[in-house]
Amino acid sequence: MSVLLDIQNLKTVFHTARGTIRAVDGVSLSVAEGETLGIVGESGCGKTMLALSVMRLISANGRIASGSILFQGQNLLSLSEQEMRAKRGDDIAMIFQEPMTSLNPVLRAGDQIAEAIRLHQKLPKREAQALSIEKLREVGIPDPERRARVYPHQLSGGMRQRVMIAMAMSCNPKLLLADEPTTALDVTIQSQILDLISELQEKNNMAVLLITHDLGIVAQTARKMAVMYAGRVVEAGATQELFSRPCHPYTLGLILSRPSMDDPSHHLKTIPGTVPSLYDLPAGCRFHDRCTCAISRCTIEEPELMEFAAGHFAACWNPVSGWSAK
Amino acid sequence: MEKDMQDPLIDIRHLEKGYRLSSGLWNTRHRIVKAVDKVDLKILRGETLGLVGESGCGKSTLAKLIMRLESPDGGDINFKGDNIFDYTGDALKAYRRSVQMIFQDPYSSLNPRKQAESIITEPLIIHKTGNAKDIKERVFQMMNKVGLSREQARRYPHEFSGGQRQRIGIARALALEPELIIADEPVSALDASIQAQILNLLVDLKDDFGLTYLFVSHDLNVIRHMSDRVAVMYLGRIIELANQKDLYANPLHPYTRMLLAAMPLCDPSAKKPEKMIRGEAAIDDERGCSFKSRCIYRIAICEELVPELKKLGERGLCACHRAAEI
Repeated sequence: MSVLLDIQNLKTVFHTARGTIRAVDGVSLSVAEGETLGIVGESGCGKTMLALSVMRLISANGRIASGSILFQGQNLLSLSEQEMRAKRGDDIAMIFQEPMTSLNPVLRAGDQIAEAIRLHQKLPKREAQALSIEKLREVGIPDPERRARVYPHQLSGGMRQRVMIAMAMSCNPKLLLADEPTTALDVTIQSQILDLISELQEKNNMAVLLITHDLGIVAQTARKMAVMYAGRVVEAGATQELFSRPCHPYTLGLILSRPSMDDPSHHLKTIPGTVPSLYDLPAGCRFHDRCTCAISRCTIEEPELMEFAAGHFAACWNPVSGWSAK
Repeated sequence: MEKDMQDPLIDIRHLEKGYRLSSGLWNTRHRIVKAVDKVDLKILRGETLGLVGESGCGKSTLAKLIMRLESPDGGDINFKGDNIFDYTGDALKAYRRSVQMIFQDPYSSLNPRKQAESIITEPLIIHKTGNAKDIKERVFQMMNKVGLSREQARRYPHEFSGGQRQRIGIARALALEPELIIADEPVSALDASIQAQILNLLVDLKDDFGLTYLFVSHDLNVIRHMSDRVAVMYLGRIIELANQKDLYANPLHPYTRMLLAAMPLCDPSAKKPEKMIRGEAAIDDERGCSFKSRCIYRIAICEELVPELKKLGERGLCACHRAAEI
């Protein structure tokens, strides 16, 4: 499999009244063609900003300060705005958490998809509309002819997300950025939407960057994963490996703090403290003041990602027992 | 009836609550949506009863009815032998003191203009629990119990993190020494590492204060961790009620099975269940079982007759015509 997306040392900063924050601070990741990379992290860890950086949709008070985003070998950061617009939707598409706020409330579902199609393909309106019905059928919407004529508020949450996916898929992108695509949905609907995404992925050989706070979703859908904390990737590798032998204390903490099927005790393991404010990050490793394994080096020097086993990276000076420090 | 059972703190009988729904701006056609439809449920003293269901199943309406924030269309709720809807004046005030609620969103359930201390103080003043000095002492005691420091008393909600805000909400609910706590999705808005902290706190407080919990959530993992018994709700009805262990090990109702199959497991090597998750919760036909359109086991009788919630051996209650055979 060849590399489709290669992010190197990406830094995205925001200037606000309270100061500058580094929302994404030196992230390097790569996604191969057709594969799913899961990105997990808590709110404020920079996972959404990472996706928006790839789309170059950072709001006006922010900018991509350094690094590169290679898509099929081409640096997206050196494209003109016009060239980037051609990439968005066509090669790279994105779906969001809350489909109601990302769909246009005054446009019929079918028209929104047709609009997206016509932005990228020179098609007469009628053909684009016919194609939009086809796309709605593809994402499993029953009675697509009728549903194409309704407005977003007339659809259920699950159906809205299907419309969003139909729109994202309208130009057969090579990469789908899915930012918490099922967080607003019920668990049975979530499972159907995740199945739909993998189905479409397989059919179109599309890569997916799946952003979520839910470890369970990553465990079930992504073969590879990265864990983010306060703007940085702290651990990355094969999902199976990270779950069975986590190296970074934060990853281990996340896994253990989840109520699980085979743990009868009434006390969950917790990670003490709270996620640090990006305005006021601790020196050294950003996790050290919550970390039970912290040593003096952690308070001074920030660790970079190091390869602990083949394909298994972590940024930690004193990893979980079973791993030896590099 | 069941004399050998622990005595119920809350006994809900044939409770009904419907809302009128108009189907368009100028449309005068109304239909009644039964948010709570002939619900019978007991909350036993000292237990944690988990109430699980997807959005729109009526779990929050049921919680509001128990809080007496809504009045029912039929049926009653008995608290220590009295119908709570007969309460007026002092009796109502005393009831409100005994039953307190913790809300989902700690951002919108705290007054942004009040300091943490006065948020927790307010119920004590309303219920005239003592002189100013006693109240102040009690507030600090509560803050200490939920893991907040005295120094934080003068801070406003926005100065706290999500988890800390939820602690304020918990302190406020506990200040009046209630008997029953209704926790409506208390950790859904919180980050993974904070969820575990709050769940542990709730477990500890239950033991310390001898509380009874009605724990409402859509998250099956959290419900499993917290509950002694679990009630599953679907479109206004309780469709299954059983001990936590039985329900998770051996779910009877096809909907409970679907929910459990849809739950993402934190284990990358777990095999995904075959496609048994389909459809969305919707009332398209008022006759018969409300789950019939999504059910793989449906037979002729399901179209006609609403299944009763019946006892099945020693195993608990289930509302399915075919519960015994499937």
